[in-house]
Amino acid sequence: MGKNLYQKVWDDHLVGPLENGQFQIFMGLHLIHEVTSPQAFGMLKDRDLKVAYPGRTFATVDHIIPTVDQSRPFSDPMAERMMAVLSDATDEHGIEFFQPNSGSQGIVHVVGPELGLTQPGITICCGDSHTSTHGAFGCIALGIGTSQVRDVLASQTLAMDPLKVRRIEVTGKLSRGVTAKDVTLHIIRMLGVNGGVGYAYEYAGAVIDAMTMEERMTVCNMSIEGGARCGYINPDETTFAYLEGRERVPSGAGFDAAKSRWAGYASDPDAHYDDVVVIDGGGIEPTVTWGVTPAQALGIGERIPDPTAAEGLDQELMSDALRYMQLEADAPIAGTEIDVAFIGSCTNGRLSDFQAVAEAIVGRKVAASVRAIAVPGSEKVDQAARALGLHDIFTAAGFEWRKPGCSMCLAMNPDKLVGDEVCASSSNRNFMGRQGSSTGRTILMSPIMVAAAAIQGAVADARDVFELEQTS
Amino acid sequence: MNDLVKRSGRGVYVQGNDIDTDRIIPARFLKCVTFDELGPALFYDERFDTQDVSKGHILDAPVHRGASIMISDTNFGCGSSREHAPQALQKFGFEVIIAESFAEIFHGNCTTLGMPCLVMEKTQRKALAALVGLHPDAEFLIDLQAQNLTFANEQFSFTMKDSAREAFLSGRFDPLDELLVAKDAIQAVAVRLSYSDHSG
Ligand code: SF4
Repeated sequence: MGKNLYQKVWDDHLVGPLENGQFQIFMGLHLIHEVTSPQAFGMLKDRDLKVAYPGRTFATVDHIIPTVDQSRPFSDPMAERMMAVLSDATDEHGIEFFQPNSGSQGIVHVVGPELGLTQPGITICCGDSHTSTHGAFGCIALGIGTSQVRDVLASQTLAMDPLKVRRIEVTGKLSRGVTAKDVTLHIIRMLGVNGGVGYAYEYAGAVIDAMTMEERMTVCNMSIEGGARCGYINPDETTFAYLEGRERVPSGAGFDAAKSRWAGYASDPDAHYDDVVVIDGGGIEPTVTWGVTPAQALGIGERIPDPTAAEGLDQELMSDALRYMQLEADAPIAGTEIDVAFIGSCTNGRLSDFQAVAEAIVGRKVAASVRAIAVPGSEKVDQAARALGLHDIFTAAGFEWRKPGCSMCLAMNPDKLVGDEVCASSSNRNFMGRQGSSTGRTILMSPIMVAAAAIQGAVADARDVFELEQTS
Repeated sequence: MNDLVKRSGRGVYVQGNDIDTDRIIPARFLKCVTFDELGPALFYDERFDTQDVSKGHILDAPVHRGASIMISDTNFGCGSSREHAPQALQKFGFEVIIAESFAEIFHGNCTTLGMPCLVMEKTQRKALAALVGLHPDAEFLIDLQAQNLTFANEQFSFTMKDSAREAFLSGRFDPLDELLVAKDAIQAVAVRLSYSDHSG
């Protein structure tokens, strides 16, 4: 029987077994940012340890960085302090740091792929759960805690338990106006927020094969919301074409050699899987959340579920979610008024996200009641969007075009909801209080659906607002 | 037998499925360069309103003050990988977490910090949670070796991830020393892997 990609990468990176039954796995690439990693340098210092392989760690700043005025010192003294600690630590240990205005700064999961640091067949880790994003390239990419960041800095390895692998096949063809974000929200809705516990997800099938790399990143990004430890897509010609010519990817003969090595990591046709799930891509609707977990989602045409139809604790959780969201059971989600529209994050803050929205909103206006912000995922995305004139289209439509960062995805910078504002958001988490106000409400959706909501002032079907045809 | 294997203390039941790490420690408290000050911020937005006035959360109930064992429901610790969450739980005073299931990154973080995550099936866990409400003063006696616990004269069983249990039994829940021993083997893998580092 053949091997799947997860097994191949695992075998290649295995250092050896550990006494507690775990395994020591080598990490090919380690990414760090200012929120979860500075503490790890302190832990190293406590034990008088050095960074073992500084050339394999790269740093960026994304979570706390303001998106309006990035001049130093930052207006928030604690943000300034975190930035300074990371900057000093990377200096001291010889780690490359993509500083603001370097041309390479951005959200860690946007930066790695666009520079070509993210490559097939490698192990990647970062003190950030959405490291799963990088799996789009056919690598094993894991979010880790700060103590593990310390382990990787000190040893370039992690202690790990092997995962099971679930293949999720999305078959058929997506309807027009249905995006990668809808696919991932739909999968989470079907399998639940803890359906993936113990698993790596392998996404496959005609719908995934047809996706661009940026779409694949959106899907892998939210693997963690489905409880999976990581998610990946087998590398193919789409992957190789994306990587060719990137800054940190070999060129010429080196690229050809890399490409044939990469192709070898793809799962064998007769590979073993611990589970297989098949989802009909043609049946997926534009999907939005109604509650406070990403699985509390529904198709745009559906009605909000009624807790009384559920049992026990589920019933309580649904009622709590409705109370928090101030929504009514059995009402349509379409028409729910919004206050804020946010397009950005490591899920949907890439160039193609802004391109798709720009195309739709040309000549349209954000509703007067809505505060709309567009936050590019990186300096490169920002530059490319500006070169295409996208930021002008956004600004003319009434969006604020901001500087790159995580921004309102988790609101550790000044971008926050106020009170119980409702935000139509292209990010990945609708947890209570996630967007910076303990009573703030988040409705997750694709960028094009955020744009439709911004223009209508309420949750709406982008296919109607922008006259997208239902089938292509 | 080391003192990691037997745990005792009083308990508290924090109800809820899918309690995410944003709820355990809201993002604004992540602005720190050490974990030292996180204890008081645990579950902050559930415990306090926007004016910092207590909402009467179970964690602030006087009868549960000093509890070191938390019981919750399914998928505890999902969401962000922030180690701030287990750190806040530990700094607040928790030493053991019991749930029906745990999110994996959270589970790994807890183990490394020396905080066992015990998996208990629904019926038993419900019974235990109810009992803790009735007897907030009673002591737990937890035996990681036997994978059982005694509370208010009742016996309960739980399971643990093998590697985590092994880690506590051997007293080596922090893997770093063992990882560092393999220095030469690590270098061999680094060399064997045909991809080079990216900095060049
Ligand atoms: S954009 Fe959001 S999810 Fe992504 S890394 Fe930043 S805070 Fe995390």
